[in-house]
Amino acid sequence: MSSQSYNNLTRGIIRENPTFVMLLGMCPTLGVTTSAANGLGMGVATLLVLILSNFAISAVKNLIPDMVRIPCYIVIIASFVTVAEMLMAAYLPALHSRLGIFIPLIVVNCIILGRAEAFASKNGIWQSILDAVGMGIGFTGALTLLGIVREILGTGSVFGWKFVAEDFDTMMLFIMPPGAFLALAGLIIVFNKITGACK
Amino acid sequence: MKKPANTLRNMILAMVITAGFSAIILSLSHIITEEPIKKAQDAKKLEAIQAVLPPDYDNNPYQDRITLSGSNIELYPARQGSKITSVAMKTYSDNAFSGRLELIVGFLLNGTITDYKVISHKETPGLGSKITEEKFARQLRGFNIEKQNLKVRQDNGDIDAVTSATISSRAVLDAIRRAYDSYNKFNTLGN
Repeated sequence: MSSQSYNNLTRGIIRENPTFVMLLGMCPTLGVTTSAANGLGMGVATLLVLILSNFAISAVKNLIPDMVRIPCYIVIIASFVTVAEMLMAAYLPALHSRLGIFIPLIVVNCIILGRAEAFASKNGIWQSILDAVGMGIGFTGALTLLGIVREILGTGSVFGWKFVAEDFDTMMLFIMPPGAFLALAGLIIVFNKITGACK
Repeated sequence: MKKPANTLRNMILAMVITAGFSAIILSLSHIITEEPIKKAQDAKKLEAIQAVLPPDYDNNPYQDRITLSGSNIELYPARQGSKITSVAMKTYSDNAFSGRLELIVGFLLNGTITDYKVISHKETPGLGSKITEEKFARQLRGFNIEKQNLKVRQDNGDIDAVTSATISSRAVLDAIRRAYDSYNKFNTLGN
């Protein structure tokens, strides 16, 4: 793999992590990460849509006049999201009912339009897919991590596996909306410490 | 390749073609997923019905279902021969903490609840979502609606609400009450 491909693939995972560094896509990040499984499910759904949309947009980028590119991109992204939603409802009904409204909202996730606009519309198909994979993994990892932290603190379990007694008082705050902000802030601090130390 | 110029004709053409492709992709995936989506929804209901009914029936309650007129409530009668022994009902409450709560409840004809299963809810995970857990559900199994007071303790009833989720607990009882009332109404009209 050339250094440019490697660069495009890894950029989204640490250096330009969409959640921890660029703070993009905060709506699903804060909304669905009440458990590790929800975070992972949302991350993977976004990853798949991101790969498809980056692929499609870099393939048609030279056919669309500049002035109407945004509406065209949104139609393309919305189609893929709807397909993903239908597939989830058909084959993963439990996850689909838990993520609810956040699945259709992937359409307006700024990570996806952001990558389409900033990367896929200027680069080739193969590089755009690598970029999508990297960004998607970065987003999935961040959501899963946030979900794990909130689930452990809020309900005393990981991926639904409970390790405290049924009546144990956990910090319920962490599975409620304010807890999302606190957990995210904590994780960003840790993330910055680690990446800062590496520089 | 050079990008097409920003003329009105090019722009309209680009958008129409994009929308056309999108329509084709969507209708294809709709055709593919329509059947499995319906199956997944039915399977969920069927599973819940089997879980809440005492296993002494010999018909298929889901196939014999009756939708009560003017409501979203479905009734699944469990028969032994031609005699109805118990019923399961799909019911709902709009008084939950967020969104609509749907559940399937089973009861014997004397008003004793056999069990209930929540089929969809939007309650806070870890708080309101505990209405689906054993600690709360246990109290309702064998609970007689005629003899006992189907309300939470805060409302002078006989049920302990889930800690810090009184509204969600009330919604479950509200849904069960709605099912029982509409069953009785249906029965008096039917006879």
